[in-house]
Formats: sequence, structure tokens, C-alpha cells
Amino acid sequence: MHSTQPQEKEAAVETQQDLSAEINAMGDAYARALKDGAPAETQPRLDYPPYRSSILRHPTKSLHHADPETIELYSPAFGHQDVHALEADLTIQHNGEPQGERIIVAGKVLDGDGRPVAGQLVEIWQANAAGRYIHKRDQHPAPLDPNFIGVGRCITGPDGSYRFTTIKPGAYPWKNHLNAWRPAHIHFSMFGTEFTQRIVTQMYFPGDQLFPLDPIYQSIVDQDARERLVASYDHSLTEPEWALGYNWDIVLTGSRRTWTENEALGVEGDEE
Amino acid sequence: MSNQTTKLVATPGQTVGPFYGYALPFEKDNELLAPGSPGSIRLQGTVYDGAGQPIPDAILEIWQPDSEGKIVQRTGSLVRDGYTFTGWGRGSVGHSGVYTFTTMNPGPTEPGAAPFISVAVFARGLMNRLFTRVYLPENGEALAADPLLSSLDPERRKTLIARRDPDGGLTWDIRLQGEGETVFLDFQ
Repeated sequence: MHSTQPQEKEAAVETQQDLSAEINAMGDAYARALKDGAPAETQPRLDYPPYRSSILRHPTKSLHHADPETIELYSPAFGHQDVHALEADLTIQHNGEPQGERIIVAGKVLDGDGRPVAGQLVEIWQANAAGRYIHKRDQHPAPLDPNFIGVGRCITGPDGSYRFTTIKPGAYPWKNHLNAWRPAHIHFSMFGTEFTQRIVTQMYFPGDQLFPLDPIYQSIVDQDARERLVASYDHSLTEPEWALGYNWDIVLTGSRRTWTENEALGVEGDEE
Repeated sequence: MSNQTTKLVATPGQTVGPFYGYALPFEKDNELLAPGSPGSIRLQGTVYDGAGQPIPDAILEIWQPDSEGKIVQRTGSLVRDGYTFTGWGRGSVGHSGVYTFTTMNPGPTEPGAAPFISVAVFARGLMNRLFTRVYLPENGEALAADPLLSSLDPERRKTLIARRDPDGGLTWDIRLQGEGETVFLDFQ
């Protein structure tokens, strides 16, 4: 992506060493503050300059506290008319087998009280095994895979569970700075039962050497908090002669609305 | 989880990135009603960064009651039949930073309440989604009594109120940063 903004031009010649120094300084300052009794920061910092694109795009004023009102205590309803069951398998959407390491990614979506978030839409998107997105602005010279688009959807089960079959995405370069590479990740979008629970995030893979170097992952300055984005390898999810399994649970914020029994069981009013 | 009093810590958000374009948008995603249908209005505006430049790679979602103020809980947002109002829509901004929704005026969810549309903003460079609201410009009394609007100083309050266009539609711009920065909300 070419930009004429001077700040992005400069960013292009910055090295990983420059960026890592900034990342480490912010991480060290946070660790000291935490030791001195500051509260843990469990969400990413909106103002995180090592991610250069955030500089002009983060609000400078504190988020204004609001009590959710009626409409915000609900979220849109999705049903099986919105999503076909086959959309949870990203490896069967085309004529042939996609390239790469086939994986199963499964887990539960829970709210802050540990209740399953049932009957809710989960959307994912990702790069292919070579680290290339099907997007005209992703032009780095890794191969496209004609048998892999990298988009999936599913509706969570009564126990909040979701499950996707896909291909392990590759790491890919980006232009935040010179030699910048994103750790392999799958983008996740979740709705919850209230509008206030809406979240878009990224799931990462365990043991990635790129974690300390990545300004997007490191924008979550708290180690425990950022580890919540890393899936675990789960041999019980692994299927013989077929696919490796990763488990990743997602916790949305707590719900304030009084639940009806039907919702708690994931029963949809006008569906099925 | 075994301890009922223990709250689980929410999973952190991350940027939607620039490459959601083949994944999140879908046919009629921004058409909560068919354009031109009775009662339909256009909600449109531009998303700006701190330098006043339109952002070409943001994506918005709206969620609202119907014109009677009823919260609908109907499925069919992703595969729209053209008739069912589900209250939810998704709109990518285009190259010029402009977004458009076709929807209806929201009604008050409680008598005397100021009607508004809930908005979630996602963008490359934005580390986590932002929540905000857009209020209808009419009914000054209800706007003055609104708990959120009345807690804001007049300059900031303006950022949450749309303009009514001559064709009956609404125009509402979003400024992520800088002069006229939109008020973004924290519900925790």
C-alpha cells in the first residue's frame, strides 16, 4: 500500500531494531507500572505508536462511559438461514484440496460469567498457507491458492462451541517498517448476546517467534492478556490421518441483561 | 468457572486489518431495507482520520430498533430476503471514505427517549472496535433529557447528532481523532 503521508514514508525505512526498541520500552514501562500497583491492561492500547497506522486513527480523548440502553442490551439474531453448515469447513469450498497444513480450530464462546454464548455468528478470515490474502492490496510475491479463499462462518452450538476446519495460515510481510512480518493468525469476529459484547480479534498459534517483534500483538501490553489470543495445540482435537487440532476459547464481556431460559439454551424464536 | 463469583477476563480485541474486504462484506450488507422502499432513508457520512483525510479501509456496523422503537430479533441479516427488517447492517467505506446504509428512522425504545442508532467502527490502524451512537436531530426535548448527551459538553455532544438531509436521509460523519473527534463509548 503506497501512501503519501510523510509519517508512513519515514516508517518504511525504519528497521525492526528501531521498532523493537519502542515496543520494549513501552513493555518495560508497563511492567514497572504494574509492579507499582497499576491495574492490569487487559485490552490493546488504542494509542500504540509502534503500529504506525494507529497514529492518526486512535481517539485522543478517553472513551466516554455510557450505560447501555435497551437496544444495546440486545444483539442481532443470526440463524441457520444466514449460515450454511458447510461454511465452517474452509477446505471444501473449491474444486480441489488447498495447499498447506490442514487444521481444526475449535473452542467455546463464553460471556464474562462463564455462560455459553449460544446461537451466535462467528466469522473468520485468514491468509493461505503461503501467507497471502485474496485481496488486491495484498501483492507480496507469495502464491495464491486457487483452492483456498480463507473465509468461514458458523453459528455457536447450545454450549457456545464453534469448530472450523481450515489450513494453517502463513506469516506474511507488511509495510509497517522494514522487514516487518505478522505472526500467523486467523481473524475472528463475534457478536455475543448484547451489542456491547461485539468483538473482532485475531487468534495466534503457540510458540511463534514473531510475537515479540509484532506491534499489533504487542499492543496488548499485558503478558497474561496477550496470551489469551494464543490457541493451544490439542491432541484430542487432532484427527488421525487428517488434521492437527487447536483449541481456543473466547470470552466476551459480561451480559447485563436478564436472560430468558430459551436464550440460555440457545433456542431461537422463529428458527428451527 | 466453577466459582460463580469469579468473572472471566474478556478476550482482547485486535485490529480488523486491511484485508477483511473479501470476508466481512456480503450482498446487501448495508441494506436493512431495500433502497426506495416505503419508509426507507439513507444514512451516510465520511470516516476521517486525525489529519482530516478520509479513511478508505474502515467498516461500520449499525444496530437499531424499528421505527416503532421495537427491538427486532429476526434472523436473515446475512441472507436478506428484501422484506424482513433485522435491525442490523454492515457497511464498508469506499475509496472516498464514504459509507452508506439504507435503513429506517429508529423509534424511541421507551416513551420520551431520544431515538438513536448504535454504531461499531472497525478499521486498519484501529487496535480495537469503537462503539458510538448516532441520534436523530429532531425532538430537542428528548435530546436534552438523554442521559448520554446531557453528560457531554456542547461541542462534543454535537458529534453524536446527525443532520437531516432535504431528501429525508441522515448525514453523520465520524472523526477518529482531532478537531471534532467523535465521542466513543465505554460500556464497562
